[in-house]
Amino acid sequence: MTDNRFFNRSEFFGILVLAVFLVVVLPLTLDVFRLNLVAKYLTYAFVALGLVICWGYGGILSLGQGVFFGLGGYCMAMFLKLEASSVENTKIQSTPGIPDFMDWNQITALPLFWKPFSSLTFTIAAIILVPGIFALIIGTAMFKRRVGGTYFAIITQAVAAILTILIVGQQGYTGGINGMTDLRTLKGWDIRPDHAKIVLYFFEVGLLFACIMIAQFVRHSKLGRILVAMREKEDRVRFSGYSVANFKIFAFCIAAMFAAIGGAMFALNVGFMSPSFVGIVPSIEMVIYTAVGGRLSILGAVYGTLLVNFAKTSLSETFPELWLFGLGGLFIAVVLAFPNGLAGIWGDYVQPRIDRLISSRKPKPDGWTDSSVADGAPAE
Amino acid sequence: MFGDYSLGDLGSIFVMQGFAGLILFSVYVLMALGLAIIFGQMGVINMAHGEFMILGAYVTWMTSNFFQAYLPSLFSGYFFLAMILAFVASGALGMLVEWVLIRHLYKRPLDTLLATWGLSLMLQQAYRSVFGAREVGVELPQWMLGSLHVTDSIEVPINGVFVMCLTVLITIGVAYVMYKSRWGRQVRAVVQNRIMAGAVGINTEKVDRYTFGLGCGIAGVAGSAFTMIGSTGPTSGQLYIVDTFLVVVFGGAASLIGTIASAFSISQTQSTLEFFMSGSMAKVLTLLAVVGILMLRPQGLFALKVRK
Repeated sequence: MTDNRFFNRSEFFGILVLAVFLVVVLPLTLDVFRLNLVAKYLTYAFVALGLVICWGYGGILSLGQGVFFGLGGYCMAMFLKLEASSVENTKIQSTPGIPDFMDWNQITALPLFWKPFSSLTFTIAAIILVPGIFALIIGTAMFKRRVGGTYFAIITQAVAAILTILIVGQQGYTGGINGMTDLRTLKGWDIRPDHAKIVLYFFEVGLLFACIMIAQFVRHSKLGRILVAMREKEDRVRFSGYSVANFKIFAFCIAAMFAAIGGAMFALNVGFMSPSFVGIVPSIEMVIYTAVGGRLSILGAVYGTLLVNFAKTSLSETFPELWLFGLGGLFIAVVLAFPNGLAGIWGDYVQPRIDRLISSRKPKPDGWTDSSVADGAPAE
Repeated sequence: MFGDYSLGDLGSIFVMQGFAGLILFSVYVLMALGLAIIFGQMGVINMAHGEFMILGAYVTWMTSNFFQAYLPSLFSGYFFLAMILAFVASGALGMLVEWVLIRHLYKRPLDTLLATWGLSLMLQQAYRSVFGAREVGVELPQWMLGSLHVTDSIEVPINGVFVMCLTVLITIGVAYVMYKSRWGRQVRAVVQNRIMAGAVGINTEKVDRYTFGLGCGIAGVAGSAFTMIGSTGPTSGQLYIVDTFLVVVFGGAASLIGTIASAFSISQTQSTLEFFMSGSMAKVLTLLAVVGILMLRPQGLFALKVRK
């Protein structure tokens, strides 16, 4: 396998290992319930992947990725909810044919912004475009005025707070705090039974690899190198004649779109969408997935997401009291001791040993971190 | 939206809502003061600031229980002791946190955000384990209950007036310490140029530790005052943290006057809007306005110096 525009030789093996793990090992060893849990975790991996580009490479820490995850998820959920609220399904309501929560809130006609979501084509376009355009607006407003770093983080956090309050407050239009529940079919295809869950899992893994490929392409392109240069010395890139703002906007928009795809898959896999996946707390948790995996490692984002979520599920099942201590400790440990996360540990400790083992037999090195990029903690 | 009210009614509404806004203003100012020191002066994004505040609230609650059980005759004055204890407890914890955690991260401000968020999760769980998940409220002494009659249609609660007076006193105290005392000069010197400050003989590490401790201690006092007007739970602090950061950023991070002005405008807008629409919409509109203005004027209302 020769180097190309998507990956070099060692990255190819890394992607192959992940593919075998997700496509062969997990489906064969886990039952459908656990596999659906993995599918749920992997929806966050899309967000983490976007954060690798935006935060790891671009140096832009967004604490509002839940906003885009939520926008994608709500777009999908609106389509599914409309399909689940057909006239015959909802004939006991005082106004049949509208979602149940609207009926409970004395709304008698479908609001205008809901109407286009009866079309699947429109919905798919909206899942990508609504968060993309929203990110474009925020990004343009912030980066053109050279707001960055901590200020950007705080303002994205405020946006997450605003959207959560809005969704919870506008119960009649959004389902309020309970969100949109009871999603049933996609174009007549029931998404609830086991075989549908399996199909959705494989579809999601396919989408994830598509996003990984896009991320790899960005990283290996000139664009990716400019992003890294910008993170390290923004002024020099600006003085070299590049429009720093436009590159930042691009990274932010890509991260937003990835998050939105994750959100849409979440609505499909889990069967509901609620504001508890939009606000500040989930947004920061999504950042920790990236940090644990290694903020510079595309594949690390996937492993980090899976690891943290597995730990969360098993710890909070057995020791609910300990979980927050564990998560909090993880944040502190990752920041203080392992700024490059799992990928950093792999690159610093595991890979050299493997290299030594292999080099005694054949001369080529192996592994999935690119040491030319992963060297050292990023300067902020 | 004004159509249904007479002019006199509107006047009373604005006064009453203005007063409710003033109480909100006091809470914002107390929380934002500590944060303005920690974030504005030191550049540390302390996401655990709300938890330091809650620590002060729990200390106040414990003090009030202690006085109720053992010193009922002195109960009416317990609050003053509680406030001092809250300051000491939060300040001491803050200095410990600075020593263990923050001092390693001064060059990586975005990482302080993640680390202190982790700290806030651990503190929340610690409060939940020690004090229980239920919200607790303190018993107010007799003289703080009731309200003052200003006119027939306007009444102001005494505990609100007390919290406001407290806010004014603490603000004056902080301003004095930061701008008049020798120690405040050292803090500002370290902020402006750490290397030069060290070169002229200031122990910058010690200044950092005490500055962080002071910010956290003020948060503790804020929590203490907070018990006068609301109940305290393990996650109460998290509700205010984003608002507080917005207050500090909106005012211009390094400016004390800016912090006060922005706390005033945000709280007044919110409480006035709250009367005319649902609380959630009032909050959304206020935050949107703040974010919108910040997009037009990223340096905040009162910018003292260049960012970065």
